[in-house]
Amino acid sequence: MEMLALLGDGFATSLSPLNLMVVLLGVTAGLFIGAMPGLGSVNGVAIVLPLTFIVPPSSAIILLAAIYYGAMYGGAVSSVLLGIPGASTAVATTFDGRPMAQQGKAGLALIAAATASFVGGTISVVLFTLFAAPLADLALAFGPAEEFALVLLAFTTFVGLGGDDKLKTVVMICLGLVLSTVGLDLISGQPRLIFGDMPGFYSGISFLVLAIGVYGIGEILYTIETSKTAPQVTPAKITFRELGAGLKRINKMWKTMSLGSFLGFFVGMLPAAGATPASLMAYGIAKQTSKEPETFGKGNIEGVVAPETANNAASTGSLLPMLTLGIPGSPTTALLLGGMVMWGLVPGPMLFIEQPDFVWGLISSLYTANFAAVLINIALIPLFVWALRMPFTVLCAIVIVLCIVGGFAPSQKMHDVWLIAAFGVAGYLLRKADYPLAPLVLALVLGPLMEKSFRQTLIAEQGNVLAFIERPLSGFFIALAVLFFVLPLVQAWRRTARRAIAPAE
Amino acid sequence: MLVADRLIAGAIMALSAYFMWHATVLPIGWEGETGGPGGGAFPFWLSLIMLLCAGGILARSFAADAKASFFFDRTMLRPLLMVVASLVITIALIPIVGAYVAIVAFLFWYLRIYGGHGWTLTMSLTLATPVFLFFFFEATLKILLPKGITEPLFFPLYAMFF
Amino acid sequence: MAYTFTRRAALAIAASAALVASSATAVLAEGWKPQKPVEMVIMAGQGGGADRLARLFQSIIQKERLASMPVLPVNKGGGSGAEALRYLKDKEGDAHVIMATLNSYYTTPLRTDIGVDIEEFTPIARMAEDTFILWVNADSGITNLDEYVAAVKAAGRDWKMGGTGTGQEDSLVTAMIEAEFDLDVTYVPFKGGGDVAKNLVGGHINSTVNNPSEQMGFYNAGKSIPLVAFTPERLEAFPDVPTARELGHDIVYAMQRSFVAPKDMPQEAVDYYTAMFKALSESEEWQTYTSEKALMPAYLTGDALQTYFLEERAKHKAILDNMEGEGSS
Repeated sequence: MEMLALLGDGFATSLSPLNLMVVLLGVTAGLFIGAMPGLGSVNGVAIVLPLTFIVPPSSAIILLAAIYYGAMYGGAVSSVLLGIPGASTAVATTFDGRPMAQQGKAGLALIAAATASFVGGTISVVLFTLFAAPLADLALAFGPAEEFALVLLAFTTFVGLGGDDKLKTVVMICLGLVLSTVGLDLISGQPRLIFGDMPGFYSGISFLVLAIGVYGIGEILYTIETSKTAPQVTPAKITFRELGAGLKRINKMWKTMSLGSFLGFFVGMLPAAGATPASLMAYGIAKQTSKEPETFGKGNIEGVVAPETANNAASTGSLLPMLTLGIPGSPTTALLLGGMVMWGLVPGPMLFIEQPDFVWGLISSLYTANFAAVLINIALIPLFVWALRMPFTVLCAIVIVLCIVGGFAPSQKMHDVWLIAAFGVAGYLLRKADYPLAPLVLALVLGPLMEKSFRQTLIAEQGNVLAFIERPLSGFFIALAVLFFVLPLVQAWRRTARRAIAPAE
Repeated sequence: MLVADRLIAGAIMALSAYFMWHATVLPIGWEGETGGPGGGAFPFWLSLIMLLCAGGILARSFAADAKASFFFDRTMLRPLLMVVASLVITIALIPIVGAYVAIVAFLFWYLRIYGGHGWTLTMSLTLATPVFLFFFFEATLKILLPKGITEPLFFPLYAMFF
Repeated sequence: MAYTFTRRAALAIAASAALVASSATAVLAEGWKPQKPVEMVIMAGQGGGADRLARLFQSIIQKERLASMPVLPVNKGGGSGAEALRYLKDKEGDAHVIMATLNSYYTTPLRTDIGVDIEEFTPIARMAEDTFILWVNADSGITNLDEYVAAVKAAGRDWKMGGTGTGQEDSLVTAMIEAEFDLDVTYVPFKGGGDVAKNLVGGHINSTVNNPSEQMGFYNAGKSIPLVAFTPERLEAFPDVPTARELGHDIVYAMQRSFVAPKDMPQEAVDYYTAMFKALSESEEWQTYTSEKALMPAYLTGDALQTYFLEERAKHKAILDNMEGEGSS
């Protein structure tokens, strides 16, 4: 068991008093950065990276892992409390996390998110420890065709179910997809849809801008308008009895959590796919296999658990292609990769053989960071819940300021802040007219991946559309996607059929 | 309010048409040369679907049994417009007088005048926010917020904290 | 419209205010020093080769304390760098902005009219020239250029060449190869050099023109094979890889990694940054990095750099015109 010995060495370094301090510091910083709408692990890692030249590399890795994990946990906080996903990976968490907070169950939702994150993180680190090296080959088997099939699968597990107005759903999906094409056409390198040559659109419309606009500003406008007619949000409080009952429910969700962990790890591992499709698929599957799918989206705790396990598992999984292939699956891993290069490490298939200290030091610090993150997160939950009890006008003012600053921070363009205001007003109006907003946001996230991989495949295969089905892996995913698309229709048909038969019996 | 429903559907149709017109700058058909659709194809055809669906929604609203999905409480129109206006003014001010002045002014207006909160709460939040923003975003995360004409005032702070 | 007006007005006010402040303190200090953190605009998105290099510079500057204020990288990669170029144009006279450039510095304004003339910008320093090598998958059995040309000829348009996008550096090299050997390949664009490298090793494409740093991990693992280097002389890190010129094909192409500043940056500021990059180019970290990553250190400043930029622009214009003339993809 050479591996266990190596892991043991890793733990010996990561558990030293200095490094434990580093973990606590990193996790706390990461939590707050992640909880801030607009900021995510990428911001945390970006500031720490230059510092890593100054501290010893082993502590530097631990600090980076701690911030990475802390931010992943923090993302759920902003999804639940404010309904604004801090990162695209946390979109699915808002679907049930936000309604739970409105029902006064914010504390429970946060605990569920933390527990689920911990389970997802732990299972995937174990998978990582055991299978990192052999799995790298699987990631290589993924070309553009497979990427397209996978994104399509993520899309259909999610869309296709909704009970919303079908026409309006289609409009929102198309709008999201069209907005995702703004900027530069990757294939020809030409700018497109830049609205009369506004330089701000050259880099496209970022997910964060749309999400902060629609979910942040839009939600505030909606609440202001309905606050007189509709009942106020139930003030959040946590009682131990409620917590106990909640934890018991979470305990029964092993099926959802293990599914989320495995799905998250494997999807996250694939370059270019990552945590967002993973969390959406986990949510979609949890909903479809649930006995009471109609409660999803209305504050079902399982709807928080599923995506949170998956996105944390995926964030660990995405380290795998970075380490073994040198391919970053996300901006954060891209920065980590840059850090490794600065330390003189060459990511690639040889890293595990040539630099075992680094690899196992990182893996062991993932265990400690995950553990520290769940403890600190749970300890801070009363603080987060207390924040929700502020008078509405105060909370509103703070959220607006956070939306402005958080919208500016990632790209540092006033252009994006204006877009947030515009999307806020548009999102409010669309919501008033019963247009579903989730498909819009998801389409914007998945759109670029879909178009890019679709066109790459066709160019490589010289226009042969059948290529998607002919390749075994992509054919398999496409078959699954079709199945997920058809399944709800079949179920609905069977339900009506049964109802039609019932009186006759 | 069927009118609002129709207006929104109409606006989406107009937007789709605008997108379609923009998309035609790049080829929208199947390109023989490279294999696969051209650069304008995705935005063009998706916008067309959007146009047709929004048209369907519009047509549906003229049906005899059409129900309005858009309800609006007229008494809330004023506060709503005020919040939107304050947001726009704040964003417009940021590049000129800087984020710190604009955000402080916004918070003061929102909490004291719009929200009617007491002086203690207003002042403590109004003053604590910029301090937090500076230390969290600038000193820690090294993300500089726009300062506008207030820039020179920050030189000593930079010298101290960077 | 109000937006552009207010922003421009604000910039003007800010610039004049900054000027007053800086000239006041300049007397006190012995030389010019940045008054606030320096923005380092990167012409590419996060995680690419250009971004990684810029962040390496930032780290060395911070570690060796080469600047009195932090240097903060900001990615403006939109429109193949068009966003960054427009941004720099709006920063006229600003002493606290520098931009890390790559070859899209010439090609982007040449390919689309974005109202930017790079002649107006202030050149600061060229740090290095990155190199390009032709790679194939180790399983392909191809070990030299002749075998490669024969294989591509046999495959015709079924031969898939990966790259980072039409008009990008590797697509120019691909076009040069196509012209030199009378080949016609299918060019498949990917999102970044790392993505290209992985797809080569995964067998989804047949050959690539990658920077050495992008293929290094796979090369060390024996998964990809370098065929020919497009450099004037053989690379230290790849002593066995011949240059195209040695084999009688005059294809030499390099990616410049330089820094430029906005138009009319005060001379004292230009001197400050030039000295900073001079110290950087002499630092140990930088020297190790260049030799490990097969980068050619090529420090150049001032008018010589501007001449170099203009020559390169003319060269790229010729290549681009040629590409469009043939109508190849």
